[in-house]
Amino acid sequence: MAGGEKPVLIKDGKRLDGRGAEDLREIKIIPDYIKNADGSAYIEWGNNKIIAAVYGPQEALPKHVQDPQRAIIKCRYQMAPFSSLEEHGRTGPNRRAIEISKVTKEVFENAVLIDYFPGSEIDLYVEVLQGDGGTRAAGITVASVAMALSGIPMRDLPYSVSVGKVGESLILDLNKIEDNYSDADMPIAISPKSNDILLLQMDGNLTRDEVRQGIKMAQRAGEKIARMQREALKAPYERIAERYKK
Amino acid sequence: MLQENNVMGDFIKDLLQKGKREDGRKAMDYRSIEIKTNVMPNAEGSAEVNIGHTRVLAGVKVGLGTPMHDKPNEGNLMTAAELLPLASRYYEPGPPTPEAIEVARVIDRGIRAANVIDMEALFVEPEKVWEVFVDIYVLNYHGNLFDAGTLAATAALKSARMPKVEKNGEEFTVIREGALGKLKTKNIVTSCTFGKLFGSVVLDPDGNEESFMDARVTIASDENVVRAMQKGLGGSFSTKELDGLLDVSFEKSRSLRNIITNAAGE
Repeated sequence: MAGGEKPVLIKDGKRLDGRGAEDLREIKIIPDYIKNADGSAYIEWGNNKIIAAVYGPQEALPKHVQDPQRAIIKCRYQMAPFSSLEEHGRTGPNRRAIEISKVTKEVFENAVLIDYFPGSEIDLYVEVLQGDGGTRAAGITVASVAMALSGIPMRDLPYSVSVGKVGESLILDLNKIEDNYSDADMPIAISPKSNDILLLQMDGNLTRDEVRQGIKMAQRAGEKIARMQREALKAPYERIAERYKK
Repeated sequence: MLQENNVMGDFIKDLLQKGKREDGRKAMDYRSIEIKTNVMPNAEGSAEVNIGHTRVLAGVKVGLGTPMHDKPNEGNLMTAAELLPLASRYYEPGPPTPEAIEVARVIDRGIRAANVIDMEALFVEPEKVWEVFVDIYVLNYHGNLFDAGTLAATAALKSARMPKVEKNGEEFTVIREGALGKLKTKNIVTSCTFGKLFGSVVLDPDGNEESFMDARVTIASDENVVRAMQKGLGGSFSTKELDGLLDVSFEKSRSLRNIITNAAGE
């Protein structure tokens, strides 16, 4: 929570950017964004601009990190030093980025069929080129698309979104200023087939009931996010199909 | 750079002996170049450059700092390059490699020597100046990061906005939003990189060509003079070869400057 004077985040039922409590920001996903990668995608989620790329599976190196039972996933989430409206950031992952990398990796240890590739590694890179709140959620959402495009088998296509609280009301998909001044922030990643929770973090204050409502709110939004992920996955193939129709 | 298989090497070599290249270019042709500016509006300036399949993003941030001891009346410029591991199968996460540092330093020298930024306009008051950070993000590697990076950095600087500062007592507040002017620039610098492989010299080597390159030379210039040069790798150029490349680089730089002025909307 940032210091300074707290702005009015909700006025007449509208948020600062005009959204209602349960509105997502605009989301656009571009598949196959990085030519060299085995799978990649770019997402614009509000003012967030994030690239995810996957390389692998390939032999895990150094050898001592190999797991004879399954593939290991290496994930690096990082924010560009020019990604925020404020000061120039430091290059390289800080403690926050390392934690986000870890929880992101764990989402994909569940979603990817890692036991198909013993001794291998799968490299997942999430680069935040511009950040405006909710970058880990947008990062996981776009990483799902990148992972699927790499052809690595997955049991499901996870999505992620955050839920927060301003005063007494729960809001979906917090932007930076809401994140800074809200009373609670709870990013969630979900496996849509089972509705199981793959990532859950929270800070601030929420009643038990608000946590339950928040998760439901994320799941309702998830239907829209999952649809956009699937459309992005289909887009390259639809273009090919279109070409051969003629 | 990276030793690829011999089949590709033989293929490239055969073509070069016939004066051809894999993508149909002549020796002294560039691949297609595209620039988009202000792609990352949180940064004061930004530009994405595509040279063929090489994709580079430059971000410019401007902040307050203290001047260098030897230049108390000028602002600072800091240039860094990140060869992101997502840009190539052969890049790894970690601190900047010597390759990344070389790319950043050569780009930095061109910008500095050509006075692209009006450094004296960055003076605020004694012991307080503006610092300009240029970060070159390599998003997809397919050769010639030097020229792509120089184009991206120059275009990002040309289109960058200039924050304002307010002073209350000893407190400085930087204002980055609202009505702002532009970062003061004085010049445009571009570079031309040549690669030597299998005895032939080519302009704008792509990723495949670079993996067989023996020598590389980058010539950065403005309209009138050479501003920075860097010869790289273990091979060599004859003085006669360099002689010719200097002329080619000046001839090519004209269209590169046009690309930048068009992209920066001038």
